[in-house]
Amino acid sequence: MESNSNVPGKITPDDNVRLMKGNEAIAHAAIRYGCDGYFGYPITPQSEVLETLEALMPWETTGMVVLQAESEIASINMVYGGAATGKAVFTSSSSPGISLMQEGMSYIAAGELPALVVNVMRGGPGLGTIQPSQADYWQATRGGGHGDYHFIVLAPATVQEMADFVGLGFDLAFKYRTPAMILADGIVGQMMEKVVLPPFRPRRTDEEIARQCPWAVTGRAASRKPNVMTTLELDSATMEQNNERFQRTYRLIAENESRCQTYYTDDADYLIVAFGSVARICLKAIEEMRAKGIKVGLLRPITLWPFPQKQLAGIAAHTKGMLVVELNAGQMIDDCRLATDCSIPTFHFGRMGGIVPNPGEVADALLSHFPEAAN
Amino acid sequence: MTENNNRLKGAVEINRERCKGCDLCVVACPCDVLKLQPKEVNNRGYHFAFADNASACIGCAACAAVCPDGCITVYRVRPKAVAR
Amino acid sequence: MTIDEIKSPENLVYAKPRLLNDRHMHYCPGCSHGVVHRIVAEVLEEMGQDNNTIAVAPVGCAVFAYNYIDVDWIEASHGRAPAVATAAKRLNPDRLVFTYQGDGDLAAIGTAETIHAANRGENITIIFINNAIYGMTGGQMAPTTLEGMKTSTTPYGRQPELNGYPLVITPLLAQLPGTCYVTRQAVHTPAAVAKAKKAIRRAFQSSLDKRGTSIVEIVSTCSSGWKQTPEKANQWMVENMFPAYPPGDLKNFKD
Repeated sequence: MESNSNVPGKITPDDNVRLMKGNEAIAHAAIRYGCDGYFGYPITPQSEVLETLEALMPWETTGMVVLQAESEIASINMVYGGAATGKAVFTSSSSPGISLMQEGMSYIAAGELPALVVNVMRGGPGLGTIQPSQADYWQATRGGGHGDYHFIVLAPATVQEMADFVGLGFDLAFKYRTPAMILADGIVGQMMEKVVLPPFRPRRTDEEIARQCPWAVTGRAASRKPNVMTTLELDSATMEQNNERFQRTYRLIAENESRCQTYYTDDADYLIVAFGSVARICLKAIEEMRAKGIKVGLLRPITLWPFPQKQLAGIAAHTKGMLVVELNAGQMIDDCRLATDCSIPTFHFGRMGGIVPNPGEVADALLSHFPEAAN
Repeated sequence: MTENNNRLKGAVEINRERCKGCDLCVVACPCDVLKLQPKEVNNRGYHFAFADNASACIGCAACAAVCPDGCITVYRVRPKAVAR
Repeated sequence: MTIDEIKSPENLVYAKPRLLNDRHMHYCPGCSHGVVHRIVAEVLEEMGQDNNTIAVAPVGCAVFAYNYIDVDWIEASHGRAPAVATAAKRLNPDRLVFTYQGDGDLAAIGTAETIHAANRGENITIIFINNAIYGMTGGQMAPTTLEGMKTSTTPYGRQPELNGYPLVITPLLAQLPGTCYVTRQAVHTPAAVAKAKKAIRRAFQSSLDKRGTSIVEIVSTCSSGWKQTPEKANQWMVENMFPAYPPGDLKNFKD
């Protein structure tokens, strides 16, 4: 059937329910969001984002610009340049490429530019592996580049969320003039699932951009004071004021935008905290443990920054212990301990190097730390 | 003015506070009109340029062309005006 | 007629362009940047592009270019101006987009972005100030520093076996099919300034006409970095820089 074909470019506007990879969903969602531009460089396991965009040729339909840049450094600086003109632009990469982008990301944050960066994480450090990982949690949530700044970090666990978080990421980025990141992993990037694609909406007109982003470098300097996008400020007193303004924004975001999803937490004696695709493995482990009468719940942070501190603290207050499951050596566990003030025993279970644990391993890890749970 | 005014062809005006005393206008001037102030300085401490021999100016704007700071405004008497 | 009478609007032959605002430029006395800023402002004004321009500033002495020319600016990170300009132009195809970059920005840290933007034929102009030295950081060796030239990081003169050869990048860019107009100019004499201004205008028009990438190299002085008076620096430039970087068109097109 032609209309159900997965061949890119064979899509009708009605063809909203699709089976596709997470990376492909991001490309489709961006076009449908009314995104103005994508600039990227191939790297496994996220190259389908660029490939899908090139195949869909949105420049012929919505007018969206798609460009394969010469490097991740060029890509992120194209995002900086595009975002500076008030356009909704994004890039995607995987861990080593995201490391290369960090300077540009710091500039984007310092410029208070709305933009979106997608990191489909692979195992590191170094060239590492192309298999899935979550080892860039610290890099993503602590800023990553130089200076005091944050990206809003969204962690999708499904292909549906890959699609949905494109719009959410852009909306939050424009609402707060703070860049957003989708921190996915190789599993959710490569996995095919059913996805309901968001409806098409038109790209903003130049007039809408000028209204929504009066700061934008649109080239129309004669009709107003020239707009200058710079992150340089040699006067320390002014630079401190700039920093204070950034921090006020971050506090506002932290107060209003932390998101998480909870499962079986009402009566839970023990809590697992996991994000992204690993949360789904943990949910399976929890269902298997519950079948044996072990009351375990799951908290899945959706925003990694801001971390859902209050939500976690509330649940931890009535649980006996917490296991933080990550595809890394133990990174989000820091935020879990901070959120709960180390008030309950907290352990980490993780696999590295691209290994993904099965539900049995997760259950074994929980029971090894909390043997009384089995009684 | 004591000079023969009918021979005046041009005039320069130098924004003394913008001037950094780089001397490039002095070098560029074909008529030795300009000089740097030997003693006086502007608010930033530069020995600014001035029209030492103002009546020699032909309004060619060579000084303004090479001025890195856009300090110089140049006027030239229009041919008609000269004839008059 | 007195001198004061001559100074009337109908006799005006030259005044600072309106787009070059009244802020005091931070450049050292005699710096070529000032002249190039001024003629860029003049060209933008003469072409009526003040309400249609997105300019991209570099890192280096010209980082503050945005403080002086009253159009919209984006200040790029070191070397990335061509990438920033690429996006600005592609997303705003009717705007005049140009970068203003020094030799370190364009030919050292930003070599990849420069070559690839030019090779893609981005419809932008790159104004390239080549003074063979890093001015802002205090006179270190630039990619374009001449053989034997003393800088703070080549205190005994640049030796190719230690420091490599001067990177003559403009001819490389002229070879790329994406470039439409590549020229090398200077601003040391009134005649040179007039030619450089014409070149900038041609480059900007080519960008508006979407002919490809235009490169205007301006062989420049850095009297502070070269430790010479501005006048001596101009002489030194003619005697030493011009043999390595001779002014003239490297690539042009028929009108």
